[in-house]
Amino acid sequence: MAERHHSGNDAGRNLPPLSLHVPEPHFRPGDQADFSTFDIPAADAAPRPDETAAASDMRDMAYGLVRVLDEDGQAVGNWNPNLPPETLLRMLRAMALTRAFDERMFRAQRQGKTSFYMKCTGEEAVAVAAAMALDRDDMCFPSYRQQGLLIARDWSIVDMMNQIYSNKADRMRGRQLPIMYSVREAGFFSISGNLTTQYPQAVGWAMASAARGDTRIAATWCGEGSTAEGDFHSACTFASVYRAPVIMNVVNNQWAISSFSGFAGAEATTFAARAVGYGIAGLRIDGNDALAVYAATRWAADRARSNAGPTLIEHFTYRVEGHSTSDDPGQYRSADEGSHWPLGDPIARLKQHCIGLGIWDEERHAAMDSELATMVKDAAREAEKNGILGHGMHQPFETMFEDVFEEMPWHLKEQLQQAIDEKKAAGI
Amino acid sequence: MSEVVDDVAGNVAAEGGPAAKQMNMIQAINSALDVMMARDPHVIVMGEDVGFFGGVFRATAGLQAKYGKNRVFDTPITECGIIGVAVGMGAYGLRPVPEIQFADYIYPALDQLVSEAARLRYRSAGEFIAPMTVRSPFGGGIFGGQTHSQSPEGIFTHVSGMKTVIPSTPYDAKGLLIAAIEDNDPTLFFEPKRIYNGPFDGHYDRPAKSWAGHADAQVPEGYYKIPLGKARTVREGGALTILCYGTMVHVVVNTIADAGVDAEIIDLRTLVPLDIEAIEASVKKTGRCLIVHEATRTGGFGAELSAQVQERCFHHLEAPIERVTGFDTPYPHSLEWAYFPGPIRIREAMTKILKD
Repeated sequence: MAERHHSGNDAGRNLPPLSLHVPEPHFRPGDQADFSTFDIPAADAAPRPDETAAASDMRDMAYGLVRVLDEDGQAVGNWNPNLPPETLLRMLRAMALTRAFDERMFRAQRQGKTSFYMKCTGEEAVAVAAAMALDRDDMCFPSYRQQGLLIARDWSIVDMMNQIYSNKADRMRGRQLPIMYSVREAGFFSISGNLTTQYPQAVGWAMASAARGDTRIAATWCGEGSTAEGDFHSACTFASVYRAPVIMNVVNNQWAISSFSGFAGAEATTFAARAVGYGIAGLRIDGNDALAVYAATRWAADRARSNAGPTLIEHFTYRVEGHSTSDDPGQYRSADEGSHWPLGDPIARLKQHCIGLGIWDEERHAAMDSELATMVKDAAREAEKNGILGHGMHQPFETMFEDVFEEMPWHLKEQLQQAIDEKKAAGI
Repeated sequence: MSEVVDDVAGNVAAEGGPAAKQMNMIQAINSALDVMMARDPHVIVMGEDVGFFGGVFRATAGLQAKYGKNRVFDTPITECGIIGVAVGMGAYGLRPVPEIQFADYIYPALDQLVSEAARLRYRSAGEFIAPMTVRSPFGGGIFGGQTHSQSPEGIFTHVSGMKTVIPSTPYDAKGLLIAAIEDNDPTLFFEPKRIYNGPFDGHYDRPAKSWAGHADAQVPEGYYKIPLGKARTVREGGALTILCYGTMVHVVVNTIADAGVDAEIIDLRTLVPLDIEAIEASVKKTGRCLIVHEATRTGGFGAELSAQVQERCFHHLEAPIERVTGFDTPYPHSLEWAYFPGPIRIREAMTKILKD
């Protein structure tokens, strides 16, 4: 058959050659990170629309940046949630515990106690402050970096560690990759390893709640990189069409493994602006500002509860650590990006705020950090009593065949018998 | 829950059973949805065009008027979204029955079906389940071209955690659909659209038949179910066993009658879980096995059936197992009947199996 595909320039066409734009991040290994050209609006600059405002009247919110904590750690502007001291300190503690937990579990992975771990360093506010702004029975459909939700909901960290160790006390029976928790009791949906599948699921849960006349709402999280998935756009369409009571969070931590946010479209627009095309409320907020996260989440929750529809919140933040324990960010990004991040560290900023209010001080903070380090160390020791990955078979191997279906069909029973016979033959 | 479960032959349970009525397969499916929506407020129906309009094949006609828009509604055209939303609704506690308008459109939903619905119970150790029944018309014979004719069941039978059901009569369609909706596992319910309005004998050039007068078109108006995982012996015979499902059941019934072959015909009804006992008993009795499906051949469900029969019945086999299937090409529009595994292909295979 004749060659139908052309290559190279066609003769006789006097046009400039086309060029392909392949995005490139500002800084690569060896570069000095310089964010001085970064446009950071003043903390009190963002207007605060009414919770029931029409999405079409608040499109600018998708291109601004809601901030509450200013450079001096003062809570300012329309979005200041004016939280009482005990709430602020509870938030600070949950964020610090999340970081301590991450440190301990990262080390456990390096010590060979488990196969995999993912830290959320620098992104603690995104999950912790959101959990505190939601009701305890609102349903969360997280991605893999919102361990702060469970910690803020006071879920047992020993239980989380059991899952990470895939040990005999792991309620998931050792079936899931570490950190892919499922905690129905804490309103925390089973985490998938496939990206953004939780988005339409959260919308479906919210639609069900609305259809049944319930009062609970749903919230979901994904990274900026996986907003490119079809699921994200299906979810936005459904959320818009049915005005689902759902909060859709995009955690823009700038990096999807080694791909910077430009590969998800960040060179062209913001992620909050995805909301504009769907006609839903979009907020772009400082994700390293716990009070901004709290205020935006509460705003979106109130909006959802008053049947005014969904909200898409872009949390502008930075992934301080690698994607996971299997990643080495030194291979693809500038080493000092994290320390130069212009929006600072969420824990340090909330701490500064609390100190400024006179409800906290450096001594108490240091004492808390040390107490939390001991707490996670003790918890890890407790969890390790139930076993660590690879040291013995912690789950009876028959459990491998359970829960595939509600009732085990004949073909799985046959395969279970085969497994039993294999063990016998091997003398195990 | 009171049940009227039919016997293996597929006859309507007589005593105390609800009144039966002549129905085609669409009406039987509609009746199953109606019965289940009335019985269980958690059952909801959604999909493209299923609401006000009642579905492009009319399977959901009248349901929105009866049960309201909160329980029967149209969806955006995103199969990924439809199934993803159904997973979330299941997690909430509803029992969704989403429709994928044509099985050919199911591929955008593959990740939500395979990685989510089918794996949710396992990965959460039962904390969350996906008790959904995905209805989808499938198969060819209606000049649908390559995007309205496919039989993708083999893709899903390969997926752990998912059940696959295919009815061949109005009676079975209703009883199996009710069982699928009540089942707590995600179930794909593929509806052979060529036989929605009447059984098909495989001769496309003859006038279409309706279900009128067909024994299996007498459908009880109330609740009954046919257990998943139980095959139906359509006809007992001694010469060979023919394993088939959906439209092909009727093509096979007609072809063996024309050829005068005393075949035992097993309508599988459920591919996963498979009624292996019925298959094994029949092949051990006849010593010969023909597998018939409309889907493409390589890696199709017939390959699994062939392997199962060989593993279990090898010493009883008097001839190699044969497969009659669609060809490994896309479903061609104008050459539909050259592609379709009709009477000629079935007769050739039977001749081969029965020659010694």
